[in-house]
Amino acid sequence: MMHWQAICRLDEIPLRGSRVVKREGEVDIAVFRCADDRVFALADRCPHKGGPLSQGIVSGHKVSCPLHGMQLGLEEGRALEPDEGCVGRFPVRVVDGRVELDTTPIAP
Amino acid sequence: MNKPKLVLIGNGMAGIRTLEELLALAPDHYEITVFGAEPHPNYNRIMLSPVLAGELAFDSIVLNDLSWYQRHGIDLHIGRRIVAIDRERCTVTADDGSMVSYDRLLIATGSRPVMLPLPGKDLAGVLAYRDIADTEQMIAAAACCRRAIVIGGGLLGLEAAYGLKQRGMEVDVIHLGPWLLERQLDRQAAQLLQTSLEARGIRFHIGRQTQELVDDGRGRVGAVRLRDGDSVPAELVVMAVGIRPEVELAEAAGLQCNNGIVVSDSLQTFDARIYAVGECVNHRGVGYGLVAPLFEMAKVAAKHLAGIGGASYPGSQLATRLKVSGIDLFSAGDYQGGDDCEEVILSDAGAGVYKKLVLRADKLVGVCLYGDTGDGAWYFKLMREERTLSDLRERLIFGETSLGDGGHQGQNRGAAMADSDEVCGCNGVCKGTIVKAIKEKGLFCVDDVKKHTKAASSCGSCTGLVEQILSATLGSDFQQAPKRKAMCGCTDLSHAEVRAAIRDRHLLDIPATMRELQWRSGDGCSSCRPALNYYLISTWPHEARDDPQSRFINERAHANIQKDGRFSVIPQMKGGVTTPAELRRIADVADKYRVEQVKVTGGQRIDLLGVNKEDLPAIWSELGMNSGHGYGKSLRTVKTCVGSRFCRFGTQDSTGMGIALETMLATMWSPHKVKLAVSGCPRNCAEAGIKDVGVVAVDSGWEIYVGGNGGIKTEVAQFLVKVKTGDEVLLYSAAFLQLYREEAFYLERTVHFIERVGLDYIKAQVVDDAEQRDALARRLHFALDGVPDPWRARVDDAALRQEFTPLPVGRHRTQETL
Ligand code: SRM
Ligand SMILES: Cc1cc2nc3c(=O)[nH]c(=O)nc-3n(C[C@H](O)[C@H](O)[C@H](O)COP(=O)(O)OP(=O)(O)OC[C@H]3O[C@@H](n4cnc5c(N)ncnc54)[C@H](O)[C@@H]3O)c2cc1C
Ligand code: SF4
Ligand code: FES
Repeated sequence: MMHWQAICRLDEIPLRGSRVVKREGEVDIAVFRCADDRVFALADRCPHKGGPLSQGIVSGHKVSCPLHGMQLGLEEGRALEPDEGCVGRFPVRVVDGRVELDTTPIAP
Repeated sequence: MNKPKLVLIGNGMAGIRTLEELLALAPDHYEITVFGAEPHPNYNRIMLSPVLAGELAFDSIVLNDLSWYQRHGIDLHIGRRIVAIDRERCTVTADDGSMVSYDRLLIATGSRPVMLPLPGKDLAGVLAYRDIADTEQMIAAAACCRRAIVIGGGLLGLEAAYGLKQRGMEVDVIHLGPWLLERQLDRQAAQLLQTSLEARGIRFHIGRQTQELVDDGRGRVGAVRLRDGDSVPAELVVMAVGIRPEVELAEAAGLQCNNGIVVSDSLQTFDARIYAVGECVNHRGVGYGLVAPLFEMAKVAAKHLAGIGGASYPGSQLATRLKVSGIDLFSAGDYQGGDDCEEVILSDAGAGVYKKLVLRADKLVGVCLYGDTGDGAWYFKLMREERTLSDLRERLIFGETSLGDGGHQGQNRGAAMADSDEVCGCNGVCKGTIVKAIKEKGLFCVDDVKKHTKAASSCGSCTGLVEQILSATLGSDFQQAPKRKAMCGCTDLSHAEVRAAIRDRHLLDIPATMRELQWRSGDGCSSCRPALNYYLISTWPHEARDDPQSRFINERAHANIQKDGRFSVIPQMKGGVTTPAELRRIADVADKYRVEQVKVTGGQRIDLLGVNKEDLPAIWSELGMNSGHGYGKSLRTVKTCVGSRFCRFGTQDSTGMGIALETMLATMWSPHKVKLAVSGCPRNCAEAGIKDVGVVAVDSGWEIYVGGNGGIKTEVAQFLVKVKTGDEVLLYSAAFLQLYREEAFYLERTVHFIERVGLDYIKAQVVDDAEQRDALARRLHFALDGVPDPWRARVDDAALRQEFTPLPVGRHRTQETL
């Protein structure tokens, strides 16, 4: 059972950028929009030292953490070689220009 | 003819290894049926740790996929638990009621994790660490919870702690023993280990006992209370306090069990038709919890099952490693020794190396290595062979390499190995596989080898060996330096070539530049995009469009990001001069937004530290001050001293000069940050000698210095020119900085730029050529003309504030309003 919640319009996320979904008592979620208009949602917390990934530079389907530059693949939520580590992913989709998020994490 | 039936209970590592050995010896001997309680084919349980740490995917740890069972005609029942063995009728019954008969039965049910009988042990969020399901639950918890506690500082507990830490959780380890891994390490090695795990952010509570797991009020664990009364908060608790052999089934069937199913040296139970292997057995009074001995058992059991008798299992010596990337630890045998033992210890705490060898009657009986485990396998061999050591004794502690002539042996170990020798014990990768991958796939570095063969990708202890194999296979190609310095992996062009193309071909945006210059990846990367953005806007001011998404977060949010994701705010305070009204507003803002710290910076102004991103626009608005650009590749500060207005030595108004410079340059972007200072006399209280542009007043005018740097490596600024008037100071400074802006590479500070082009070149442009000087200054003024203060711009324009607004989830927005 998916619980989709509309969070914003696609054009409210900057191209090659992201927005943050704040949650009470839980890790925030970073919602990324890539150059090809694909969207991805990851826990907003770098596996290295907890940096907010939403604040990183997005290129292709990856983001580089703003604190120490670790690169993470958005599709897999996994650090790119040679780094190691990964972050939780969340289901996200675009329907009629609306971005819809399910805040239940995807099982790895 | 009907084949005899073999039934295996337990589709895990020991059972399936036994079948593999058996199939190799006697492929068609049995009709085989396998029951496994887990809903997976046989996988490499020990690799759950790298999966937890995000270093491997679940798929990659499967050892025997479904087609393997099919190929060998094995009737596999996964997700099926056997609930009864009837030894009289020779049948087993599964939990769905189905019944199968056997001629030979193999029990390999492994073990189950011990759960401490504490109050709260059944709360949600309390897990063991044994199988895929546990690992999946831990990964899911890491995605939404912040804090984890691991109870138990043994191998499993530490791997769990490391994995959860890798996934971004805050991790505490509670360990009752006197030190970590007390069954594998002595106190000193354990201390080194603890220190290096602490450096990775894991916290330890050693010698402390858990009393209770506390309900968070919603049926989930919220904290762990310790015996001494302290309580540690956590939303996930992993118990890793030991394992107990899974013998329920065997016991109920009347097989003799005593902390494990009792087996003979042929791995037979007291019922000659029934064999048992793996963690569930008790052999000569010993139970094993590591794979190496289980695999030795598998060999012997397979021989007996195949009807090739005679093999006998004498028991195993154990060696352990910890699978935490970057930590090398090896321990085997009796590391503690006793009165009849001698110890040889080499300890270099500075280098993080500790080696301890325990000898008894001239033989090695125990090893404990930390930091440098390269010789672990060699020591282990000496132990198992029970070799007498008198001839090696003196150099033993220095390892195998110290024995050869001239010490080359170690470097050539990789070369000397046979293709079938195993290099990576964790992933079972042989030298031949690595050599083949290097040759066929054109691999050049250890990371490539890791990616393609998985060698060295788990515990990492074979990394050195892989390097040796690489260099032996590639010869001089190994470590070959790149031929030319490309800007980044997205292009072969250098910074100079890209800059020139942007200028010569009048390129105005990043996509056009990437297209025109045939960028390899359509979207660039986090290192070329900021550089391109700077080159475009500095080459074509007011024409090229700035791309905020290609800027580092600091320049996008106009504040400096901090270690916890919050930001700092440094308002402009020209020349370090402020007013009581400004100070009051700063104080009010700091109070209102509960700014965590107010600090005077090394740049003569005030920093508000620990500000939430959402609050930035409001704070800027209420401060009513301009941005100090304390975050950008831009002008930072112009430091000044008191100067002639008050100081008894002052020769010129250095404060006024500094303010004029800061006013002129306030909105300037540059290849790297730029700092200026103006001192009122050669006593140089503003430290102009280590600034990008340093100005020192003398009686007859001003001296200008360039290329100073007080940062990573202190560089004294070099004398550029002496001028008479303040206007000339502005002119020469502008011309020099514009030359830097136009010709330096991105992230090159003035000192490195001058080092590259030479001070003479700078002087020729800025000092000797008046026309060029004027033109440079004019271009700077043109570029800065009309550029608004970025804070004001964001206060005034709602669209620019989107960056700072988080999205609500759940409550506020519905489908209709979007
Ligand atoms: C706030 C301040 C420290 C303080 O409290 O005094 C500071 C704070 C930071 N400095 Fe600095 N530097 C500060 C004065 C200096 C100085 C002294 C000076 O400017 O007079 C230096 C040596 C002078 C120089 O730059 O030549 C200095 C040399 C560095 C360097 C090394 C630069 C180099 O090229 O060697 C870095 C790293 C970098 O920029 O890449 C750095 C980077 C940083 C960063 C921005 C690190 C970062 O990227 O997050 C720090 C931000 C901390 C934070 O959480 O906000 N900071 N830093 C000072 C701000 C001055 C200001 O008002 O703008
Ligand atoms: C996270 C982790 C890391 C480890 N790291 C290492 C390491 O680095 N080095 C090392 O040497 N060892 C390591 N180990 C230990 C190693 O994995 C075990 O020693 C090994 O897997 C034991 O093999 P086994 O076949 O006896 O048991 P298992 O592999 O556990 O297999 C037993 C199987 O039998 C099934 N079963 C049980 N009862 C029934 C039943 N009644 N009916 C049907 N099926 C049943 C179970 O579900 C299980 O799948 C690690 C273990 C874990 C959990
Ligand atoms: S010297 Fe600068 S960069 Fe280093 S910790 Fe201090 S403020 Fe941060
Ligand atoms: S926190 Fe992300 S790289 Fe360090």
